[in-house]
Amino acid sequence: MPASPARDTSRLLMDRSEPGRVGAVLPPCDVPAQPLPDSALLRDRLDLPEVSEPEVVQYFTALSQLNFSIDTNFYPLGSCTMKYNPKVNDEMAFLPGMANIHPLQSSQVSQGALELLYRLQGFLGEITGLENVSLATMAGAHGELAGMLMIRAYHQARGDAGRKKVAIPDSAHGTNPASAAMAGFDVVDIPSDKDGSIDLEALRAAAGPDLAGAMITLPSTLGLFNPNIVEVCQAVHQAGGLVYGDGANMNALLGRAKLGDLGFDVAHLNLHKTFSTPHGGGGPGAGPVCAGPALRDYLPSPVVAQGDDGSGYTLSGPPCSIGRMGGFHGNFGVLVRAYTYIRTLGAEGVKAISGNAVLNANYLMQALKDTYHLPYDRVCMHEAVFSADWQKARGVSGLEIAKRLLDYGFHAPTMYFPLIVHEALMIEPTESETRQTLDSFIEALKRIDEEISSDPETVRQAPHSTPVARLDEALAARQPDLRWKPKA
Amino acid sequence: MNPDDRKYTEEHEWVKLEDADSRQALVGITDFAQEQLGDIVYFELPEPGSTVAHLGKMGEVESVKSVSDLFSPVSGEVVEVNAALTDNPEVANNDPFGDGWLVRLVMSDPAELDGLMTAADYESYISGLS
Amino acid sequence: MTLPGQAQPRLSDGAFQSHYIPNTPADQADMLSTLGLSSLDDLFQDIPKGHRNPPLNLPGPLSELEIQQELGSLASRNRPLGSGPSFLGAGAYHHFIPSIVKALVTRGEFLTAYTPYQAEASQGTLQVIFEFQTMVCNLYDMEVANAGMYDGATSLAEAALMACRVTRREKVALADTLSPAYRQVIQTYCQGQDIQTTTVSAAAPDVDEATACLVAQYPNHFGYVEDLVSHAAAAHNKKALFVVSADPTAMGMFRAPGQYGADIVTGEGQPLGIPPSFGGPYVGLFATRQQYVRQMPSRLAGRTVDRLGNPGYVLTLQTREQHIRRERATSNICTNEALYALASTVYLAALGKQGLRQVAELCYHKAHYAASRIAGLPGYSLPVSGTFFQEFVVQCPVAPAEVNRRLLERNILGGLDVSDAVPNGMLLCVTEMCSRQDIDALVDALGEIG
Repeated sequence: MPASPARDTSRLLMDRSEPGRVGAVLPPCDVPAQPLPDSALLRDRLDLPEVSEPEVVQYFTALSQLNFSIDTNFYPLGSCTMKYNPKVNDEMAFLPGMANIHPLQSSQVSQGALELLYRLQGFLGEITGLENVSLATMAGAHGELAGMLMIRAYHQARGDAGRKKVAIPDSAHGTNPASAAMAGFDVVDIPSDKDGSIDLEALRAAAGPDLAGAMITLPSTLGLFNPNIVEVCQAVHQAGGLVYGDGANMNALLGRAKLGDLGFDVAHLNLHKTFSTPHGGGGPGAGPVCAGPALRDYLPSPVVAQGDDGSGYTLSGPPCSIGRMGGFHGNFGVLVRAYTYIRTLGAEGVKAISGNAVLNANYLMQALKDTYHLPYDRVCMHEAVFSADWQKARGVSGLEIAKRLLDYGFHAPTMYFPLIVHEALMIEPTESETRQTLDSFIEALKRIDEEISSDPETVRQAPHSTPVARLDEALAARQPDLRWKPKA
Repeated sequence: MNPDDRKYTEEHEWVKLEDADSRQALVGITDFAQEQLGDIVYFELPEPGSTVAHLGKMGEVESVKSVSDLFSPVSGEVVEVNAALTDNPEVANNDPFGDGWLVRLVMSDPAELDGLMTAADYESYISGLS
Repeated sequence: MTLPGQAQPRLSDGAFQSHYIPNTPADQADMLSTLGLSSLDDLFQDIPKGHRNPPLNLPGPLSELEIQQELGSLASRNRPLGSGPSFLGAGAYHHFIPSIVKALVTRGEFLTAYTPYQAEASQGTLQVIFEFQTMVCNLYDMEVANAGMYDGATSLAEAALMACRVTRREKVALADTLSPAYRQVIQTYCQGQDIQTTTVSAAAPDVDEATACLVAQYPNHFGYVEDLVSHAAAAHNKKALFVVSADPTAMGMFRAPGQYGADIVTGEGQPLGIPPSFGGPYVGLFATRQQYVRQMPSRLAGRTVDRLGNPGYVLTLQTREQHIRRERATSNICTNEALYALASTVYLAALGKQGLRQVAELCYHKAHYAASRIAGLPGYSLPVSGTFFQEFVVQCPVAPAEVNRRLLERNILGGLDVSDAVPNGMLLCVTEMCSRQDIDALVDALGEIG
């Protein structure tokens, strides 16, 4: 039970509002009062809570304690790269000379920020082998939209506007087809072959004169590196298309392979995954776009350029830019964190990330593959995708296993994705965890498998130790209750 | 379990002729469909007065984590939409062949019924799926 | 590029060991042996040989001490807003932020959690989103709000796309007083789907039957309050939607767009407790009417009950979103700006009903004090008439770029150069962060420059 009503999270802010309480004090007005406008323009009612500062702190602290997080729990959520978020990165982003600078102040008084961005463009270009970088996009999907608009603009500039189709593997993240559609393309689904790679023949069949490009995730969402990736890129290029790389899984490839070398034309990176910037419960992220020679002139605005004459760094627009993707220059605070991370690690450290992330995933995969069905039994990359169909045959679903893991103090793996694996459980340990943590996670999954035989009901009804039990999602969707309302 | 008094599509809709003279028919989804969907949370259905095409898309059905297209088994004009589904879409889970019907329509070509599956055909069709 | 930092060995035997990676060489050897492998390189055999282990030219690594020195040095070459009087706004604003905002958003339980798909393990984040949705609805007097967008500009662009879906029309009318940056973002978002954008006069907007929505800004780019009643009528007479991008701070004082008949209201959440941070991360606000809820982009949190009948929160109406509807989703947005939705929720909780009004009134009175003093300077005038909030346009006797250069010599950050819209126009912003002394220093400096 909560220790006090102020810490009781069942009462929302408006429930705890008391007339006259204030949570912040502002200075008195030090200029003469000015005439007010016509009262018809002025507001007569504003429904915001009235609570004191201690109540705000107690309430939100109590709320925070209802969350699982990387700092409190192993969080092996596949495809999300929930690695440790270094605290120094946050501290650097909060320096007054970083956090308190205005996006429109003259470049003369923001040279430090611009130089940092210029260097980061260089780092990300070096890591991907796609040397031209715009940092303006604010999430992975935002980068995807920019990349697809760049491909569209490229074909249009060549008088080749009939290219309307984009090939996307059936294992792709939902953002890929959604981004392609927002950029005006029709999506062609490409099946996966028996090894979990893109079916090359199906891709070739789809690669005609109407193909604008393909969106490829490498390693794939099955956690596998496609050994035919060079042929895949060639097939798209031979048809006159361009290859977009979804960089969500770059944690596996850091320092091991460069997308540009393999044949990709453009890619985004998820700095909030691979480059350790905190996910914040769903953002902020940053999704820089990295382009090779074919697409560099189309990058979103702005990019940072260095003057030849020693005049310093400036914001500029690439010559055929698709335009501006956001109000200013991207999520600078996130970019400062990623810069700090890369500077802390250097080339050796960057390569140690992929090595240890892939090692940890394979270690888990090896230890669990006799207990949980492994549909693609190959060396995996940064994550291992199991199927719970053996357990499902015994009456317990992947979802229920995932919920039961919460009782053991572990965040659940990603479930039911990728769509092509039945009862998918996608586990991504990252490089941040100790071997002892991995061992205890393995032990928990094995014990849950035993529970399915000995006490299936406990697993089916899980979780039991979380702040709430299994929630009724159907009710939430049938009768949407989306904000606080006064009691009738 | 699938009633004999109606015809079925491969997309798991049914059509039941209510009255041959007026060509009025009810359209719904099958028990197999609702079972596969799980908890149904929302229907998007055509407006009364609109026309639907034989095996053409007529709307969508949503469960918590899926969206599926709905196809009309026959062509015709929609005359009524099941109002009960607006607030209680779960009726289509609980009684798909009865109170959970989706639309009432006036068929434009009753001969289209001949090309649809009987209950027995549909049963063997779905047993081949699973 | 040459940067300091060398590959200094971290262990006595010369091996590299990052403090972010627990596995030691001994751990690695043991773990590899369970796989029947002998080196980390063996894990990467699927990468074509010619492309495996390419050269990686990065500087460093640096120790934490060195990194703090390097970032400190970079930061010292930027001028933070607090280091002298600052009058720059135009979409990013310098407002007071209570200390508790940072204290709460940096709690690891909020900061290092993922998107709350696993509801039972994410009730804190979900309840915060529910609180945020409530506050955005109340600020704008609208019926439903989502969990947030990337920023104010993208939020408005998504509103334009949503209006096209709702009306099944393919033309968007943009008021000529809309921020140029916002206009450009809308154009970027519209290009893929061949949606046409047109510019209409804010004074007398011309909306036709092919137009999906009229888009206006409140207060507008130049800081002035427009006649939203006639805007709404112009849109609704042609069955178009009325879309408004509204400054949330102004909502502490001015009537909400919902009271004027707006169909979609968006806004830049940065003024609500988020530092300007050179342009991001911010949070986009997005609210609409209940009837359009299924056409909204981005996440929604909803209240429900658990298996035992206790209240709890989940992400809901997810069939709108990309992970389910894929190419037919209402938007491709996935990761948004949850942490900054939290920041604005804490900010609004702390300021509350009284505080937000006080902030708005401080901005209003200070801005009007500044405007009246500047208008009295020889050579300066206020060329735009009408009601303004915290920003206004000053016509300068010399080019604004020159004025700004000379202000900066006095450590004063001037306003935005809007001479492309108003001859010698400068857009000045005065918030509660500007003391009377700051304003008087600006007025004195302008007097000397002019």
